[in-house]
Amino acid sequence: MKIVKPAVAGTLESSDCQVTVESGQGEVELELTSSVISQYGEQIENVIRETLDKLAVESVKITVVDKGALDCTIRARVECAVYRANGQTGPWREIA
Amino acid sequence: MNENKKRLRRTMMFLNAQKPGLIKDAYIYKPDSIIFDLEDAVAENQKDAARYSLFHALTTIDYRGCEKVVRINGLDTPYWREDVRCAVASGCDAIRVPKTESPQQIKLVEEEIVKAEKVYHIPAGKVLIMAAVESARGVMKALDVCEASERMFGVALSGGDYTRDLQTHITGTGVELMGARQQLIIAARAAKVQCFDTVFTDLDNMDGFRQEVETIRLMGFDGKSIVNPRQIGIVHDIFTPTKKDIIFSEKVVREIDEKKKQGIGVFTVDGKMIDIAFYDGAKRVLDMAKASGIY
Repeated sequence: MKIVKPAVAGTLESSDCQVTVESGQGEVELELTSSVISQYGEQIENVIRETLDKLAVESVKITVVDKGALDCTIRARVECAVYRANGQTGPWREIA
Repeated sequence: MNENKKRLRRTMMFLNAQKPGLIKDAYIYKPDSIIFDLEDAVAENQKDAARYSLFHALTTIDYRGCEKVVRINGLDTPYWREDVRCAVASGCDAIRVPKTESPQQIKLVEEEIVKAEKVYHIPAGKVLIMAAVESARGVMKALDVCEASERMFGVALSGGDYTRDLQTHITGTGVELMGARQQLIIAARAAKVQCFDTVFTDLDNMDGFRQEVETIRLMGFDGKSIVNPRQIGIVHDIFTPTKKDIIFSEKVVREIDEKKKQGIGVFTVDGKMIDIAFYDGAKRVLDMAKASGIY
């Protein structure tokens, strides 16, 4: 899936995360900030990268500010940002 | 028939589907049902975000026996069809249709559910429907709405919009809701579906809340829509049969069964005259006690 325009999803409230996507330079460039980065940084990064893989996003600059979100919230916010950037809405079964 | 149609629904707690902090662990408060709201609580420009949030919460989090109901956007918006698809794909138990004024609206939603159940391989008939009545016209059409579909399990009054339509407001006395409450419960009972009262939003007035819950229980309601976990204990307390009720109901059921065999129609239990007309009520008390986990 292509990032056609910049998009943002999520908030900076507790248990949420804010995801910003912009068109990339042919790879996934991830910038992650999290209040729990030392304990869960690797896990959060894996969830973000898996979600992008599932959406077939290969070129993106993605910035995630995490406020203690569960994995399911991170997935939801990444998908929302990517679909917004692509001007689509979710094919629900396919993203499960 | 879907067995969940008659499940226990003393409390139906509204949560904004777009707020991860609210939906991640709402089951810990043990409401009977959680209503994930895609409608009024969600801003126009966040409708899509709320759906992704709902989808991943429902497909990931174990809500430990709480019923999962999704309030979709109104049929006068461009959002409701996508809401239904998302809710069904997510594995929700039921859909709440807002601003219902006609049986045709329920049928429209049902058609969309049927399509989504096929597309997402959900067992046919799994997803139930409840209607929210929010206008004078809705109240007048309540019976037709309640009988619009086999999937209908209940109807709820939405007091805020209803009182605005009636050109009055919520007073805290309940006087402005008397007619609608009475009409809705009669329609629901005639159609053999459940009936739920409107929310009580003054969280600083817990005495007033308790009084309102006691009133609606006596009117015949099955439960109440709630907006805060603090309200759950009070509703469950009032809607759960007491030990005295349970013991008396056990005696009534036992005595009616025995006396029937002996050809006796009228007799007394604990000094009260009893006949077959008391049977269903006593059975209902025992069923409620069982469903509440105290019997």
